[in-house]
Amino acid sequence: MSSTIIIKNLTKRFGKTIAVNGVNLTIEPGAFLTLLGPSGCGKTTLLRCVAGLEDPDGGEIYVGDKLVFSYPKGISLSPGKRELGMVFQNYALWPHMKVDKNITFALEIQKMGKEEMQKRVKDSLAEVKMEGYEDRYPREMSGGQQQRIALARMLAYRPKVFLMDEPLSNLDARLRMDMRAELKRLHFSSGATTIYVTHDQVEALTMSSSIAIMRDGVIQQMDTPDRIYHFPANLFIADFIGNPKVNLLDGVIDGKGSVNLGDFNLQIDIHNAFGSVVIAMRPEDITISTIQVPGSVEFSAYSVLPAGSETTIVAKRGNIELNVKEMGISKFKMDDKIWLNFDPDTLNLYDKETGNIIANI
Amino acid sequence: MSISALSRKVSSLGLPASLRRFISWLTSAKVILSLIMLVLMFYLVLVPLYRMVATTITYQDKDLFRVPDAQVGALTLFHYARMFLSNMAKPYLYNPFQHSVIISIGATILALVIGGMLAWLCIRTDMPGRIIITQLAVLPYIMPGWTIAQAWTVLFKSRITGGIPGVFEYFVGQSPPAWLSYGPVPIIISSALHYYTFFFLFITAALMSIDSSLEEAGDLMGANRSRILRKITFPLVMPAILSGIIMTFSKVMGTYGGPALLGVPVKYYTVSTMIRSAIGIGDKADAFVLAITLILFSMVLISINQKVVGTRRSYETIGGRGFMANKTKLKKWKGLLFGIVIVFQILVIVLPVGLLLSDTFMLRSGVYSLDNLTLHNWIGESVKTINNGSPGVLRNPKIYFYAWNTIKLSIWTALFTALLGVILGYVIVKGRGTRLSKLVEQLAFIPYVIPGIAFGAIYISMFSRQFGPIPPLYGTFALLVVVSVAKHIPYSSRTGVSSMLQVGRELEEAAQVAGANLWKRFKTIIFPLTSSGFVSGFLLTFITTMRELSLIILLVTPTTMVLATQTMRYKENGDDQLANAVIIILIVMITIGNFIIGKFRGGSLKKGLGM
Repeated sequence: MSSTIIIKNLTKRFGKTIAVNGVNLTIEPGAFLTLLGPSGCGKTTLLRCVAGLEDPDGGEIYVGDKLVFSYPKGISLSPGKRELGMVFQNYALWPHMKVDKNITFALEIQKMGKEEMQKRVKDSLAEVKMEGYEDRYPREMSGGQQQRIALARMLAYRPKVFLMDEPLSNLDARLRMDMRAELKRLHFSSGATTIYVTHDQVEALTMSSSIAIMRDGVIQQMDTPDRIYHFPANLFIADFIGNPKVNLLDGVIDGKGSVNLGDFNLQIDIHNAFGSVVIAMRPEDITISTIQVPGSVEFSAYSVLPAGSETTIVAKRGNIELNVKEMGISKFKMDDKIWLNFDPDTLNLYDKETGNIIANI
Repeated sequence: MSISALSRKVSSLGLPASLRRFISWLTSAKVILSLIMLVLMFYLVLVPLYRMVATTITYQDKDLFRVPDAQVGALTLFHYARMFLSNMAKPYLYNPFQHSVIISIGATILALVIGGMLAWLCIRTDMPGRIIITQLAVLPYIMPGWTIAQAWTVLFKSRITGGIPGVFEYFVGQSPPAWLSYGPVPIIISSALHYYTFFFLFITAALMSIDSSLEEAGDLMGANRSRILRKITFPLVMPAILSGIIMTFSKVMGTYGGPALLGVPVKYYTVSTMIRSAIGIGDKADAFVLAITLILFSMVLISINQKVVGTRRSYETIGGRGFMANKTKLKKWKGLLFGIVIVFQILVIVLPVGLLLSDTFMLRSGVYSLDNLTLHNWIGESVKTINNGSPGVLRNPKIYFYAWNTIKLSIWTALFTALLGVILGYVIVKGRGTRLSKLVEQLAFIPYVIPGIAFGAIYISMFSRQFGPIPPLYGTFALLVVVSVAKHIPYSSRTGVSSMLQVGRELEEAAQVAGANLWKRFKTIIFPLTSSGFVSGFLLTFITTMRELSLIILLVTPTTMVLATQTMRYKENGDDQLANAVIIILIVMITIGNFIIGKFRGGSLKKGLGM
């Protein structure tokens, strides 16, 4: 039922700016791929190219075993012939049609029988828990309800591929949480290959089977959420993923595993690198204590930011500033003396010049 | 074979990929529509312009008398030399131009003062009756542009200029001063009283959209009222004022009715009346030189405006939300100002119509005695001694024919204009950022810079012979429809764009993904969602076309005559009372049309002006 999507060397320009720059992607059947990146990185353009709403300036796209777009061969199937469904950021429900008409629109084009259509409407509404809303106009529903109808509209014609363009970004924070769970469940039960565009890293991390991080039209890293979070391929990704932000410190490594960070050193199990590097450490990987323990470094608590289940402490030493995350409400007060302990296994090292990760060989 | 079938067939042929890509680009719905629009613009705007220029730089039949060795069709700058350098230049070009500029400047300033004051009173003060005043302010614009001019002649005709005395002379017993009867002063006043609506609408919209927080911010920082007005409010309203100035100025430059009624009798010619008279004596090329000069002049003005105001978008951005600042308290002046405004509006609307109407019931114009009352002008049989033998207008089958022509012209024009608006809006919005879309948008803007009378002149040269697939249209009713639709293109494309922008591209894309083809998308998504824009565009074009004169005065023939041009014809023949009766019929028809507009939700004059 689901399809593989293969994107080869895809390029899309708008005038002089290159929105998508030679992207290669293979998406396995049934995968949930999230295109993640800051605004203007080309993720939405890439999605629209797959949908056929933009005409790329180079490359090829396969959906299933069908070549839907090929620049070298001069082929471009219209969106309707690509057998995919799409959910738009602002839902794009037709305001002059009631819910049932919105849902049957595509089915009528496929010349489906009346009874089958009614059944599809019922089923798809049931899937998104919106039974009995057939007679509503879009404006008579809340944003969250419209969102569900937009999903039902896509589900009803059972496309083999789901395309979703920031579908949750117009919802409030609470509703977004609920819908994440629902969407993940829908993907699970339908098994359709899904491409999901978002700039929200939490959405990406929680829902995807894999994440492709984009920047300036180029895919920086495509990997599982776990690997994206723990082994960001470069400084841009390390900096982009994680909240509170990752700590990045400039240092010099001597080739024997010792990194000098100004007035203190850290021992790291990397022996194949030397020179200027950047150390990345996640705030939750730094342990904090009130007393000096072996290997710890003295800092002072610059600011303490409790948030219920966790507390972020901004620690300062000279001009080094670090975010440290502690579970629960912290006992520290501002300007307290604190000692930080760094676990060498959780640190990532980056080449200062290229910004790429230095692998541990 | 459908286009998609065609492109499928093409892709199965062994063509090179670049050609196949080109063909698939060419056969995409958006591009096909854009190209159709381009061809249409090409025929409606560029070809006529070219033909007009071509006429001015070649010898015409008539030149054989003037230049002994001329060869018809040979290239020459003779007409330009004649109009700019010879001793004809002064009476035929420079003087009329000077007059047109004087009238335009005068009318623009007066209209700005009237419209600006009314707008300020309605939006920024606590004057009572603001709603009714706002509604009345639009009426002078809906009436035929030369109504006040025509009523003016009823009031201030004088024996000085020959002919019968007007109402003023009858009651005062003395001829009104010559400058008040005819010439620049009455033309300026009558034009300003028609066009102040532009300023009123533009400035009200600008004032309403100023977010009160902008002014409050100034207030909190300790700026006093006059400082806020000068430094914050005025600059924000400035683009609207400038747009109004340009629009009014170029409209007055190209207007025919007022100058014909109040200028020509005392030989005070403007460019528009001079164009008409040059055409009348068969000097087409001379008329076209005048028209081209007028067009260039307007173009320069409008480009200056765009430089000053910035892009055209800059005043679109003002049109928005935001309400409402502290209103000035008029206190004891409240009642007085309200009275003045209402009296003014009644004077401007009721008095002219009253004068025209009363004049139609008189056997001899301007004689106010009971035995002079008659219905002859309305229902009289043809009598040789009265009105050159013309029967009363309601007994004249020609008048019914012209009235029917008027309605026919308005309906066809409105229909095509509204339809074209939707398609142009679609093409321009969907193609945003592409060169094709920009080209369509720019071409669609051209008729805006061409004054009405010049636009009509362009179409004389166009379509007088077969051109490409287009048969000669001169003298046909279709030509009137074509020229009216073409002149409305800038407005209809703007309304089309703004209603298309409201639809949002995702709505159409969702249908595209669902597999709907272009026709289905238009039928089920785009037309239904832009229908209110379509309806208001239709109704307003309908009204404005009914009273169009400057545009078509050069193009009508006895069989394609409409009421507007018939009033001029009666005037020219000296049948003033019949002219007045015809304009009354026209006003009644427009009033009924306007009433119908009011019945439709979403129809407003503002939308029709493309604001």
